[in-house]
Amino acid sequence: MFAYYLDLALRSLRRSPVLTGMMVLAIGLGIGASMTMLTVLHVMTRDPLPELSAQLYYPHLDPLPANYPARSEWGDPSDNFTWPDAMALLEAHRADQQAAMAGGRVLAWPVQAGRMPFRIGGRYATAGFFDLFGLRFEQGRGWTAADDEARARLVVLSHALAMQLFGRTDVVGRTVRLGDARFQVGGVTADWAPQPQFYADASGRGNYGESDRFFLPLATALDLDLSVSGNQASWKEGGKTSGNYTWLQVWVRLKNAAQARAYRQFLIDYSASQQKLGRFERPPANAALYPMMDWLAHQKLVPNDLRLQLWLALGFLVVCLVNIVALLLAKFLRRSGEVSVRRALGARRRDIFLQFGVESALVGSLGGLLGVAIAQAGLWSVRQRPDSYAHVARMDLSMLALTVLLAIAGSLLAGMLPAWRASRVAPALQLKAQ
Amino acid sequence: MALRPILSSLRHHKLTAGLLVLQVALTLAIVANAAFMVAQRLQRIHTPSGLAEQQLSLIRVEGTAKDENHEARHAADLDTLRRIPGVQAAVAVGWALPFSSSVNSYGVCPNEEALKRAMAASSLDHSGCLSIDTYSGSQGFLQALGLRVIAGRDFTPDEYVTGDVPAIMLTRAAARKFFGDKDPLGQVVFAGKHSSRVVGIVSDVVRPMLRGDGSDGEVMLWPQLPDDNETTYLLRSAPADRDRVLAAAATALQALDPDRLIPEAGRRTYTQMREDYFQRDTTMIGLLLSAGLGLLFVTALGVAGLANFWVQQRTRTIGIRRAIGATRTDILRYFQAENFLIVGGGVVLGMVLALILNLLLMSRYELPRLPVWYLPTGALALWALGQLSVLAPALRASRVPPVVATRSV
Repeated sequence: MFAYYLDLALRSLRRSPVLTGMMVLAIGLGIGASMTMLTVLHVMTRDPLPELSAQLYYPHLDPLPANYPARSEWGDPSDNFTWPDAMALLEAHRADQQAAMAGGRVLAWPVQAGRMPFRIGGRYATAGFFDLFGLRFEQGRGWTAADDEARARLVVLSHALAMQLFGRTDVVGRTVRLGDARFQVGGVTADWAPQPQFYADASGRGNYGESDRFFLPLATALDLDLSVSGNQASWKEGGKTSGNYTWLQVWVRLKNAAQARAYRQFLIDYSASQQKLGRFERPPANAALYPMMDWLAHQKLVPNDLRLQLWLALGFLVVCLVNIVALLLAKFLRRSGEVSVRRALGARRRDIFLQFGVESALVGSLGGLLGVAIAQAGLWSVRQRPDSYAHVARMDLSMLALTVLLAIAGSLLAGMLPAWRASRVAPALQLKAQ
Repeated sequence: MALRPILSSLRHHKLTAGLLVLQVALTLAIVANAAFMVAQRLQRIHTPSGLAEQQLSLIRVEGTAKDENHEARHAADLDTLRRIPGVQAAVAVGWALPFSSSVNSYGVCPNEEALKRAMAASSLDHSGCLSIDTYSGSQGFLQALGLRVIAGRDFTPDEYVTGDVPAIMLTRAAARKFFGDKDPLGQVVFAGKHSSRVVGIVSDVVRPMLRGDGSDGEVMLWPQLPDDNETTYLLRSAPADRDRVLAAAATALQALDPDRLIPEAGRRTYTQMREDYFQRDTTMIGLLLSAGLGLLFVTALGVAGLANFWVQQRTRTIGIRRAIGATRTDILRYFQAENFLIVGGGVVLGMVLALILNLLLMSRYELPRLPVWYLPTGALALWALGQLSVLAPALRASRVPPVVATRSV
């Protein structure tokens, strides 16, 4: 029966090719525009580290003076940590895995003389960084807490940087010049590029398309005064190690909710003790512990413009669908005579409903296919934007399937009302009128 | 023309007509707001910077050696740059400039009491002090940028220093903010513990990142020399010479010192800088326009498509009307009036929806209130669009011959 309805639908659509083309185009445009924006938002807000995200938390302390301006263009300074606070959290060892870190850019010097140096981004971190985030080593290993203490001149290279500098990855023990200092290579990691770069400074807005090319001990970076990127704020005199200069990020891994509760209490207690010492001016209850995905939501990675664009696309889709409901309704009702004949010959209402449902679904499928093509074109144009999220605007398989499903569901929904209306056509009346 | 028969006929097509009304309403709501947003963005991207943008270009140089003598290096670089044919002026500038996406702002207090208040509160709020965006550069940077001294005097050569500067200039907006109606010239301002004298008022220039809250003209200029491994040089030349001058500058600077980096991305004309800065707005304008036009197109197609169906469906009825004396014009007018009513219903509903949508946008995206005149304008546009789309089907209907009435199908 289904094949027969499909055949009927094809015939009916072929009879009015202009109208059919118009309906397919309308669905295609609406779906294509919507899916472009949905895909962009999907890739921007997806889980960057699915295997660990449930256990990763970002602590938050509020060391700012009581009347510090609420927010600046660059984000909240209390999103980052001061050196004493970060070190105090690490030394308390309330989490099994933990690390403090900051991003930075340095000049990397090629091994062969005569080549120009190039600027690369990487991470200054404490020893626990690699275990905390589960980085995989291709060669060698990370450094130890003792190396942190000793401000060791050790560096871990990413696979990509090792290849760029040496053309190979078995380079443990060799020397690399970064900025004005020489470092011994302690290990080479497999390439690691969570998107968004969730652990970086919030002002980076996800740093889409970027990945760390090198890692070196935080204390060493401080020792050499390497440049730090991201939001840095201070409210009194004092350098990076003072208690009134925020520039660090701290991440911890906690196994279960009980541990998370205990850690949150620890943060509040710590804030209270700092308040007693006169360091913190704000209420200890400002301390918080964000699960990773909540932290990303807190960072507001999706700019308002993108949200507006999504609403615009969805609004467009709705108008297109309303348009199709009206056209299908008119089209189906025009065939009232045909319906009457079928009904008089014994077809049930649901047969009629099914017949027109198939026709609607066919329009939807064609529109969906067109929508996929339009969404690909849309994503291509998004990738031409200079924003960092542009790099990741690509459709994965699940979004592809969703596009087609959405198109079919949309047009079925749109076809429902007209098909139902057509199935209510009374057999006798129409025959008489003819 | 009597509307009664049209209304009673529409009552038979409640559902279809209702859908069309809804479509027109949604279209008006979205298009009116989209048009308003386009107007907003257009105004933003045409913000004048106050600079001689057409003649300016920038080149960024990164030194790779630490501890070099920056002043000597800058002098040598500038000397080289000024020798390039076509270069009318060359200066070193700080990293912040209009539309540069980098900000260099300082907390500045108009007097000592304000400074004390701010220090006591560790905050600039309510102290009379202001975090103000600042531009700096080497000698002559004012003129090179295309700015003018409109009161007081320019910086003297010995005022150009690295570190704390003895003199500053303010824009009129900044001077008003700091000193109200008092004469700003000769006043002393405090930036931290250091004080500087206001020596001049400079022509209007905007801050590096626009806020759009009326404070964009509050800018301070000071004669601080760049003192960093990374230096930006500003070149002034005829507009047509800029690309050539930039290429020549890169070659000359590299030849002067092969050990430094002159990244491709750090070489831009001011026109490019403005385009980059407003790129998001340009994208948004493009999307809003295409969505708006797309909606109008789809709605026009919907109106035309439906009218077509109705003409076909009513062919026999039209024939009968013609047979009993209706003129072609009557038939034409009938369809036009029908369309006018449907679109009219949509327009009324659409104006309400447009206001609701605007309220939503105001609360969530800080959009200003939609000026009321957008609504009747949008309504007229949709009416015109409706009449235009119904014209062809209505004309076809008017050509239905009376004899159709006598045929069976």
